[in-house]
Amino acid sequence: MNFFREISQKPWLTTDGPDREIREPIAFALPQATLGVRVLLLVISIIFSLFVIAYSDRMLFHDWRAMPEPWLLWVNTLMLICASVALHGATLSARQKSRDDLQARLWVAAAFSIAFLGGQALVWRELFMLGYFADSNPANAYFYLLTGLHGLHLLGGLGALSLTVTRFYGGAKTDQLERSVDLCAVYWHYLLVVWLIVFGLLLFT
Amino acid sequence: MADITPTAAENIPPAEVEDVELYHAKSWLTKYVFCQDAKVIAIQYSCTAIAIGLVALVLSWLMRLQLGFPESFSFIDAEDYYQFITMHGMIMVIYLLTALFLGGFGNYLIPLMVGARDMVFPYVNMLSFWIYLLAVAVLVASFFVPGGPTGAGWTLYPPQAILEGTPGSGAGIILMLVSLSLFIIGFTMGGLNYVVTVLQARTRGMTLMRLPLTIWGIFVATILALLAFPALFVGAVMMTLDRLLGTSFFMPEIYAMGKQLSYGGGSPILFQHLFWFFGHPEVYIVALPAFGIVSDLLSVHARRHIFGYRMMVWAIVIIGALSFIVWAHHMYVSGMNPWFGFFFATTTLIIAVPTALKVYNWTLTLWRGNINLTIPMLFALAFIVTFVNGGITGLFLGNVVVDVPLSDTMFVVAHFHMVMGVAPILVIFGAIYHWYPLMSGRMLDEKMGRFHFWVTFIGSYTIFLPLHYLGLLGVPRRYFEMGDTSFIPASAQDLNAFVTVVALIVGFAQMVFLFNLFWSLKNGKDAGQNPWKAASLEWQCDRVPPGHGNFGAELPVVYRWAYDYGVPGAPDDFIAQNDPGTGDIEHRT
Repeated sequence: MNFFREISQKPWLTTDGPDREIREPIAFALPQATLGVRVLLLVISIIFSLFVIAYSDRMLFHDWRAMPEPWLLWVNTLMLICASVALHGATLSARQKSRDDLQARLWVAAAFSIAFLGGQALVWRELFMLGYFADSNPANAYFYLLTGLHGLHLLGGLGALSLTVTRFYGGAKTDQLERSVDLCAVYWHYLLVVWLIVFGLLLFT
Repeated sequence: MADITPTAAENIPPAEVEDVELYHAKSWLTKYVFCQDAKVIAIQYSCTAIAIGLVALVLSWLMRLQLGFPESFSFIDAEDYYQFITMHGMIMVIYLLTALFLGGFGNYLIPLMVGARDMVFPYVNMLSFWIYLLAVAVLVASFFVPGGPTGAGWTLYPPQAILEGTPGSGAGIILMLVSLSLFIIGFTMGGLNYVVTVLQARTRGMTLMRLPLTIWGIFVATILALLAFPALFVGAVMMTLDRLLGTSFFMPEIYAMGKQLSYGGGSPILFQHLFWFFGHPEVYIVALPAFGIVSDLLSVHARRHIFGYRMMVWAIVIIGALSFIVWAHHMYVSGMNPWFGFFFATTTLIIAVPTALKVYNWTLTLWRGNINLTIPMLFALAFIVTFVNGGITGLFLGNVVVDVPLSDTMFVVAHFHMVMGVAPILVIFGAIYHWYPLMSGRMLDEKMGRFHFWVTFIGSYTIFLPLHYLGLLGVPRRYFEMGDTSFIPASAQDLNAFVTVVALIVGFAQMVFLFNLFWSLKNGKDAGQNPWKAASLEWQCDRVPPGHGNFGAELPVVYRWAYDYGVPGAPDDFIAQNDPGTGDIEHRT
């Protein structure tokens, strides 16, 4: 759908455009839930972009003291990558209609995600023990803010994933679940990208 | 161009998308409380918004009493006054206007006007209302915590907002920020519904350009909301951390009472940019649905198609886009580089062009129309008058040099009340009088309605017009009393007293309106199917009020735009959108 062509039409002429058929005027050739998730990801992108802009501005000041990077952060990154891979596998299982594989992969994805969140909590604890509090330095504040919000979004995603798992055990057919699993996977991949950007910012500044 | 022939109507291909399986509630709780039907959710949003709006109205009376008779109300001190202005402003802009236009009118009208059975994500829609209600509850709770609600001004500027000395800097500001965050989360959920429903759930034949302008206004406003509220969310989260954890996102080095506080290195200007990046689109989130609704009210009640529909759509889209590049006109006195101000003044003046175009088109819609001075029409006409007034004062303020002396005076207060307070509220009233028959099957009482209109319109003008003069004199805003100054004459205080009396009378008229809403539910004249003889789909349901599923067994098929009024040769002075026509009417080219 070319939006500008669409809003150039003359609706007072009852039949307009090359085809005179009356058809379903859908704007995007996408399922509704997919479009909904994409719009949601756009909104979340704006939130993180604004934080990144504020961060990039603030880090140039002389009082910025970069935080140490506990090696656990690398492990957590690996956990998140594994969760994404598991959900991608789950999408394929749903498409191939293999319920056992789907079940296993959903649980694996959930486990890796919980491991990631647990690992992030451990990182926070380690940094607190070393004396890096949120109010000590702007770098610390932004670290806790960015990792905290990312973690909260992942927690929300786990909520959606749990709904999918509930529907699985409620007897929903694999093709009905395919859409939900696919959208969960898209969300996880998105959060992985956000994490890589946030982690990259923390590493290189 | 000939009208659609009956044979073309027979050639409608079968629906490509299955009619959605509508969720049917099973228990009393899921039918009336946790209801997923957008119409019920709309009424829930509207009642909540109006209830909290009444709280803000009472706060405005208290403010006016203080300003009009400063010596007489010793129980209102400066701190109380700051709390009143903050809560009044925040409630009115966000919890009333945004919630009512998008949550109230959006939920009711979008599915009906696009020809859908319900919103596309009904469960998420239902959740969005309860999160909004939670946000309102948290906000109301801030009235009852120690220290009271925040008195930082609706703009919540740091560093003062979270420092001792500002009322509510204890718990009040935290509850405000939490409430805003909840509101934003809820409205993101609702916004997803509105956007995806308009894009993907329109009935057959309902192209984007056959949508009524009400939907265009709400649709573009929702897109603005989805893109702009994140900025407020970011600011709110950062300010909450500054307050709770002692971080310094917005807090510079500060000495308070001779002692240096632990903050340092933060930027208050960062908050201003974040807030106004949200704040300017926010006023268009309120204005665009109002523009759309007014176009429909004028069209229906003047029995004439909207003049320049395409340009109206383009204007809504362009205003929406431009609204993201004007925000710093709220920051001219923040100490910015003059070239920065120059850029934003330019974009601000540019955005006046599509807005003015809309005013011309509304006026031209009336030209040679069959104008019925019904109550909705009266409110629509009053909107045009008050919006032009408010918009022109906006042009004054949009210019940096003129804004510098007028900033933080009553001139600004007069401007934003005219464009945000008077004009959109008049549209809300007009819309309620217009769609009440659809929602209840009864007409609102005429006599009470006309009384309500005239007192509100003349009264609101009488309240806010004099404030322009006070502002030009230099009377500052956000001061709880003028006190003794050499540049403010005593007559200004008399003017304040006069405005207060008028405000209380206008407030009384709103009570008459509220009474009318409830009284007419039982005693109102029976409205019938389509009392205004409107062409849009919401009036073409199988019954009034529309039942669950909106349109009965079959979804309507749309053959024409929403503005076929006074078509020469047609049997009636309007042709409904789902009317295939008879084939022998010459359509306008």
